[in-house]
Amino acid sequence: MTTLFDKEDRKKKYKKVAYYPGCALEGTAQSYDKSTRAVGKALGLELVDVKNWNCCGAMEVKNIDPEIQTYLSSRVMSNAVNENKQDVVMAPCNGCYHNLKKAEYDISNKEKSKQVVEKISAKAGHKAYQEGEIETIHALDWIKFGFGEEELKEKIKGGLKGLKVANYYGCMYTRPRHIFPEKDQGGDSESTSKPHYMDDLLAIAGAENVEFPLKTACCGGAHTLSDSDMSTKLVLNILEAAEAAGAEVIATECPTCHSGLEMHQIRALKRLSKNTNVKVIYFTQLLGMAMGLSPRKVGLHANVSDSMKFVKQKGIA
Amino acid sequence: MRTVAELEGFFEGPQPDVAPVNLADEYLRAGEEILENWLIAHDREPTQDKKEGFRILALQRQGSKGDPSFNACRETARELVYHYNLITLNPEHKETEQRLKMAEMVAKHLILFVGGKLQVAGLGEFCCSSKSLRLDNDELKKTIGAEHA
Repeated sequence: MTTLFDKEDRKKKYKKVAYYPGCALEGTAQSYDKSTRAVGKALGLELVDVKNWNCCGAMEVKNIDPEIQTYLSSRVMSNAVNENKQDVVMAPCNGCYHNLKKAEYDISNKEKSKQVVEKISAKAGHKAYQEGEIETIHALDWIKFGFGEEELKEKIKGGLKGLKVANYYGCMYTRPRHIFPEKDQGGDSESTSKPHYMDDLLAIAGAENVEFPLKTACCGGAHTLSDSDMSTKLVLNILEAAEAAGAEVIATECPTCHSGLEMHQIRALKRLSKNTNVKVIYFTQLLGMAMGLSPRKVGLHANVSDSMKFVKQKGIA
Repeated sequence: MRTVAELEGFFEGPQPDVAPVNLADEYLRAGEEILENWLIAHDREPTQDKKEGFRILALQRQGSKGDPSFNACRETARELVYHYNLITLNPEHKETEQRLKMAEMVAKHLILFVGGKLQVAGLGEFCCSSKSLRLDNDELKKTIGAEHA
C-alpha cells in the first residue's frame, strides 16, 4: 500500500508502468490516449501496453453481473503482472480506473469474488489475479508522482498564461470511497470530497483554477441512453456553472465525462437553444501544450469541439 | 413539499428577488425537498434529524441507505451547505452575488440528478446504480456455474 511518505519510492515505481488504455481511449477518446502518450514521452515516463487486454467490464457487464466485471478487471491486472511483469498499472479512464480498484477491493474482501475469479481464470487458462499483486493508478497520479511537481515546473515552456480553468473530475474518480484506501489520508493524498491533483498540475502549467463547486458532480453519463434530455440538462448545468465561475475551459480526466460534455454542449444548443462557449479539453492536452507540444501532437484536432482557434488566440499554441 | 417537476420549474425561471440570506435558504430548502421526494418514492419517511447542523445532510445519508450509488450526490449536498454558510455568515461580502449563483447551480444539479435517478429507476437500475438484473438467467448460470449466479 502506498503511504504518504514514499514520494521517492513512488517516483521510481511510476517511471515505467503498465498502460491500460481501455476501449474509450481507442475509440471516442483517441485524443486522450494520444496526449497521455505524448506527455509521458516528453517527461521521460515509460508506458508498456498491457498485453492482450480486455474490457474492464465497464457499466454494461457490471449491470448484468458484478462478479463477471470483477473477473474481467482482474484479468487485465493479471496480464499486467504475469505477461508484462509490472507492479503498477495506469488507467487514464475513470471507468477503467474505478473498476480495477473495485476488483482489487472485492478480491481482497469478498470470498465469492475471489472464488469466481479463480474459477473463470482457470477455465480461461491464465493465472488468477491475487490481491495486492499490482497497484492501480490514474494518469493524474502517474504524472504528479512519477515525474514530480517540482520537476514539472522545469518542463513548462509557453505555459497556460493564466487560462481560467474549471477542473472537472466526474463521479468515478473518487467514489465509492472504500475502494480508494489511499485517498483522504492527508498530506499529498487525494481528497474524495474536493479532489485537487488536476488543479495542482494545471496550476504548475500556468492555469488559473476557478472555484468550481460541481467538480465531482454527475455528468449525466448514466442517463445518456435512457433519458438523453436529462443528460443534456445535467451537462448544460455543468457548462453554465463553469462559465458562471469564470472558466474559459473545463479540464477533464475522464473520457465518458469529456465526450458527454462535448456532445451535450452541441445538443443543448440544438434542443434547448442554450449556447455555451466554454471549451472542453483533456488535462493531458493542456499540459502537453503548456510544455510546448503542438495541438496536433496532443490530438486537439480529434476532439469533437474545435478548440484550435481558441488556443491560438490565447497564445497557448 | 414541491414535486420534482415544480422544483425543476423553480430553477428554470427567474430567481426570486429576495435578500441573499432568504435566497440561500430557498436553495437549501429545494435541496431538502428533492431528497424528500426520493425518500417518499422509496417508501421511507423523510427524517427530521440533522447531521452537522443540517437536515439536508441527514436526508442525503438516509437516502443512501440501501442504495450506495445515491452517495454520488453527497458532495453536491455538502457544496450546497458550504455555499449556504458562506452566504448567511457574511451576506454583505463582495462575493455574495457570485456565491448565490453557485448555490443556485449546485441546487439545480442536485434536483436534476435526483430527478433523473428517479426516472431511471422507473426504467430499471442502470450504470452507477448497477444491480444484477439477470442473475436468475439460466444461460448465465451455465456459464459461471449456478453456485456463483
